[in-house]
Parts: sequence; C-alpha cells; structure tokens
Amino acid sequence: MHETALSLPVVLPEAVLALGTLLLVLYGALRGERAYSVVTEISVALLGIVFLIVVWKSRPMGITFYGAFADDPFTRFMSGLAVIGSLVTLLLSLDFMRSERIAGFEFPVLILLSTLGMLMLISANDFIALYLGLELMSLALYVIAAYRRHDLRATEAGLKYFVLGALSSGMLLYGASLIYGYSGSVNFNDVATAVHDHRSMGVLFGLVFVLSGLAFKISAVPFHMWTPDVYEGAPTPVTTFFASAPKIAAMAVLVRVAFTAFPGIAGDWRQILTFVSIASMALGAFAAIGQTNIKRLMAYSSIGHMGFALVGLAAGTVEGAQSVIVYMSIYVIMTLGTFAAILSMRRDGKAVETIADLAGLARTDSLMAFFLATMMFSLAGVPPLAGFFAKFYVFAAAIKADLYGLAIIGVLASAVGAYYYLRIVKLMYFDEPVRPFDRPDVIARSVLAVAATLVIVFLFAPSLLTNAAMAAAQTLF
Amino acid sequence: MGAFALIGRFGGFGSRDAGNGVRGGDFQEAGDMAEAVFFWIFATILVGSAIAVIVARNPVHSVLFLILAFVCAAGLFMLMGAEFLAMILVVVYVGAVAVLFLFIVMLLDVDFARMKQGFVQYLPVGLLFSFVVGAELVWVVSGWAVSPKAAAAATPSGTISNTAALGLVLYTRYFYFFQAAGMILLTAMIGAIVITLQHKAGVKRQDIGAQVARTPETAVELRKVPSRVGI
Repeated sequence: MHETALSLPVVLPEAVLALGTLLLVLYGALRGERAYSVVTEISVALLGIVFLIVVWKSRPMGITFYGAFADDPFTRFMSGLAVIGSLVTLLLSLDFMRSERIAGFEFPVLILLSTLGMLMLISANDFIALYLGLELMSLALYVIAAYRRHDLRATEAGLKYFVLGALSSGMLLYGASLIYGYSGSVNFNDVATAVHDHRSMGVLFGLVFVLSGLAFKISAVPFHMWTPDVYEGAPTPVTTFFASAPKIAAMAVLVRVAFTAFPGIAGDWRQILTFVSIASMALGAFAAIGQTNIKRLMAYSSIGHMGFALVGLAAGTVEGAQSVIVYMSIYVIMTLGTFAAILSMRRDGKAVETIADLAGLARTDSLMAFFLATMMFSLAGVPPLAGFFAKFYVFAAAIKADLYGLAIIGVLASAVGAYYYLRIVKLMYFDEPVRPFDRPDVIARSVLAVAATLVIVFLFAPSLLTNAAMAAAQTLF
Repeated sequence: MGAFALIGRFGGFGSRDAGNGVRGGDFQEAGDMAEAVFFWIFATILVGSAIAVIVARNPVHSVLFLILAFVCAAGLFMLMGAEFLAMILVVVYVGAVAVLFLFIVMLLDVDFARMKQGFVQYLPVGLLFSFVVGAELVWVVSGWAVSPKAAAAATPSGTISNTAALGLVLYTRYFYFFQAAGMILLTAMIGAIVITLQHKAGVKRQDIGAQVARTPETAVELRKVPSRVGI
C-alpha cells in the first residue's frame, strides 16, 4: 500500500464533508430556525457528493497522515454504505421532523458531523484515529437521541445512551492504552508486528477492553442494555439512524481491528467474538417475542442481526470477512426499508408505534403491507429473499472454519426469530383491520419500495455484491 | 525513598535521566538534595489535602483542598521535568474545572448531610473495591514489562523541552488528530446549545447593529424645559 505523509486526494471525502458541514453551520446560525428545510436539502446533496467521491474509482488510494488513515477498497465499500445510511435517514426525517415540530437546522448538521465521525472511524488505521472518530460519531448521536428535549422518554434515552457510551469509551481507551504500553505502538500494522512476536497478558487485557468498547457501539450482548430503551425513546428518524449507519461504521472498525491489528492472536479474539455472537443471536431471538412496540422489537432484531454478522467475523477467514460485509450491506437495506414503513405509521397526524396498529394493513393499504411483509420475510431469513443469502454466507463461512456449533446455534436462533417477524405478517394479512393510516409520505413510500425491490432482485445478481465485498475483504489480509 | 523511586521510574518525561531515581538514596549533589526535599514537601501536602477533600465537612473547603492537591501535583510534575503537564494541570484543572466545581457547589443546593447518610454502611464495599483496584494496579505495574519501544517513545531526546517537542509535532505529524479534535469540540458546542438553549418570547437581546448605528442625533433629544411646568 502506498504510504504518504499528507495526501489530499486520499482524504477528499472527509475534507469535503467537514468543510460543507462548517459552511452549513454558519448558514444555519445566520438564518436561524427557518433554515431547516434548506440545510437538510443541502445536506442530502452534500452526502450524495461525498458518496460519489468515496466510490470514485480513479481517486488514488493509500495510507496517509503517518499511518493514521487508510483508504483502501474496504474503507470505500463501508464508507459508501454508511453514507447511504445517513443520506436515506435524512430524507426520511424531513416529513417527520416537520410534523412533530422539532425541525431545527442542527439536526441535519449533527447527522453530518456523525457521518464525518463514521468515515474517520472506518478509515482509522491507528487507535488515536479510531478513538477520535468514535467520539465524534457518538457525541453527535447522544445529542440527537435527546433531540426532542421536552419529551421525557427522549431525554431519558439521551442520558442513558450518554452515560453508558461514556463508560464504553473509557473501556476502549483503557484497552488502547494497555495495547500501546505492551506493544509499543498505536498503529494497527505495528501492533500486529509487535503482537506477533510477543503476546503478553497486557495486550490480551487491552484487546478485551477494546472489543468491549466496540461491542457496545454495535449493541452486541452483553453490552446491549441501552438499545431497547434508546430505540424506543428517541424520535423515529433518529432510531432509523442508530440502527443503520453507526452500526456499519462500528462493525467495519471491529473487522479492521481484528484482522489488521491482531491477526497474530486470532485464536483469542475468535473465542470472545464467538461468545458475543451466540449471546446476541439468542437474546435477539427470545427477548423480541414479548414486545408490543415495533421500535423495541427492531432494537432486539438489530441485536440479533449483529450476532449473525459476528458469526462471519468469528470465522476469522477471508470468506468470513466477506460475509460480514455482505451481511451489513443487506442489513442496512432491510433496516432502512422497515423504518421507512414504521415512519409511515401515522394516524390523525400522530405517530403510532405499537405492533397491533398494523392489524389488517393488507386490506387498508395492500401495497405497504406487501412491501413490509417482504421486509419481514427477509429479516427472518426466508428464501429466496436477500436476508436468507446474508445468513447463508455467514453460516457457510463458519462451517468452512469448522465452527459447526456456532453455525447450528445460529440456524436455531434464526428459526426462533422467524416467529416474531412472521407474527407481524400474520397480523397484517389475517387480522381485522383497525382504522387506516394517514396518506403516507412519498419519500418514505419510495424508500420502502426501493428496499423491497432490492431485497427481491438480489436473487438474480448476487455476484454484484459478493464480488465487491470480496475485493474489499481481501485488502484486510 | 521508595515512593520517589517509583515516580522516577515512571516519570521519564523530562531531560533528567530516568535511571536517576531508581538508584535512590545516593543523592550527593545539592540539587538532588533540594529536589528530594521539595518532593517530600509536595507529596506530603498532596496526600494530606487529598484526604482533607473527602473528610472536610464544608463542601467549599473540599473544593479548596482539591485545588491545593492539584497545585502540589503540578509541583511534582515540575520536579520531574514535565513542565507541560504541570502547566496543563494548573490552567485546566485549577483554572477551569475546580472553579466550575466551586460554582456548582455554591449554586446548587445539594443536601450533603443526606448524601453522606450511607457512608458508613457502604464503607466496607468501597474499601473492598479500592483494595481490589489497588492490588490490580500494583500487580499490573510491577509484574509486566512495558514494551521498550513505548518507553523510548515517551522520552524525548533531552535537548528540547516538553512544550517545544509537543509544538513541533502537534501541527505537523498530528495535524489530522488536531483537526478531528476540533470537530469534536464543535459537535460538543452545538450539542450543548441544542439541548439547553430556550428561545423565550419577550426577552430583550443586544442588537449590536442597532447600537452601532445610533448617532447623537437619533439618541439625544434636546428640549427647552419651561420653568415650573416640566414636560
């Protein structure tokens, strides 16, 4: 990999996003409250431009800032995915924020700052860059969790997320300092060389703390406690954001830390991740059964999905890394589609969020019911939808790595999990309808339609995604 | 000299040879003697005031003792040649954090008697935890060897001071981190405003433009006041 001290083309997406955000802050501060729509629209455009820069093929790749920043196919794939998550979230938020009267220009600005943190996190190649990216991303997330500040549940969600997030940052930082102390470097490649020669107790301690800190961000068991409360309490567009883009970034950095910094002690982190993965899949499957609020249900669902994605990482092979990337791509499509449907659940101008509100949707709005049912089948992993292939790839990678137990537990957990997804489908198609929802927002409806279409047509061209994921995964080895 | 030896071993910031402290005891030069005397003065006051922070009845006294502890710790850093850390400790902790504590203690009506109610009840658990953490620290610090590369990286060449060494790399080698930290601070600022700022109707605000545009002609009106009538 080409290494330079300073190279603007390599950091172009981050530079454009940072400068654009600063200009938008300035504009918003001058215009005041009325700036919301304009700032949101420009933010969407800015994210679109950043996405194009990220995937721009002829832009040079390399490692820059003295080894702190790595731009490679893996960075580009995951960054692109995270930017899409943020962009769609912003589009979905437009209608909601206006009708709930919490529209302020700070909301899109905070989303942009958080996205900047994600890009820095995904491209981090040393622990300082990792920590700074993580903090930038999380700090903005804490604020938008409490964005509806007069609402008791939202402020509780924000406070809870902040306190636990600060704790997890502390653990991560402590782990990073131990790793620095016992390997002599914060750079992932240098850590890998040092750890390969000499694996000390200090490095192992550090590894455990760093993995704990990152597991908190992807809300994997046993660091999942905050997820249901925060998902339920935060405004729905914020929940959409939490469930999509930050998960991508945290999972990406987890994959990079595991494969780039600690390939020498893969046996140790595979043990930890196997446990985390089993616990997450089991909790995601069983705890979601009794839920009545659909946002809470999605919280447990996302915990379970992170468990499935970690199966691929626990395999510790290049196929495993590829399957994680594929899983996260499909996960983000399914999540954005499902939340677009949840955002359309409005009656008399007020958002409703219980599962019972979906009863008989097939008779009042057959199109939405069909799309949402597709999402549910895909989340459950029913063939031939994309969600099935996502699970298939991670389990195949686990079996190739001789992790039969993990794969079997995963299949059982997804069978249990299918119950609550299919219950929603049953509710929509076979129960007596309650009153119909308001006319849905065009944007939410199109996001749902696009997501459902992607989930269905994945069957016909899976190689488009898997080849790109393979190219991205190979850079880590 | 045990404590001094320990600090000397982990100091390693300044121009002074880190091995100096480990040898312990054999301070022949007067400079070393003075250093030892100051070390014991600062260390004694530091430990004493740290204890006073938690036993003082009046919370304002606690904060004042905390400030004293910070200043003594800064003195210890100075002795080890870590003048930048000493400066940061005084500027940030004494200048900002401790003053903030004073504000909070004085502004908020915290019922300290009620807060201290469970003190004796929870004391055994607290002692147990501090014992475990302390034992772990001793174990970690004494048992494992820190990578020699890390130790070397923490010790500058000895020809320039800490502050100069930091200044040389902060805006060049660590430019990226510096910018990232700036974005984080901006986020924190926006976040604090989003969560706390209230727009109240009817609040008079300063309008600098209008103030600057005022002239004597528009601001002052001269009138002839008739005697015994008024205006």
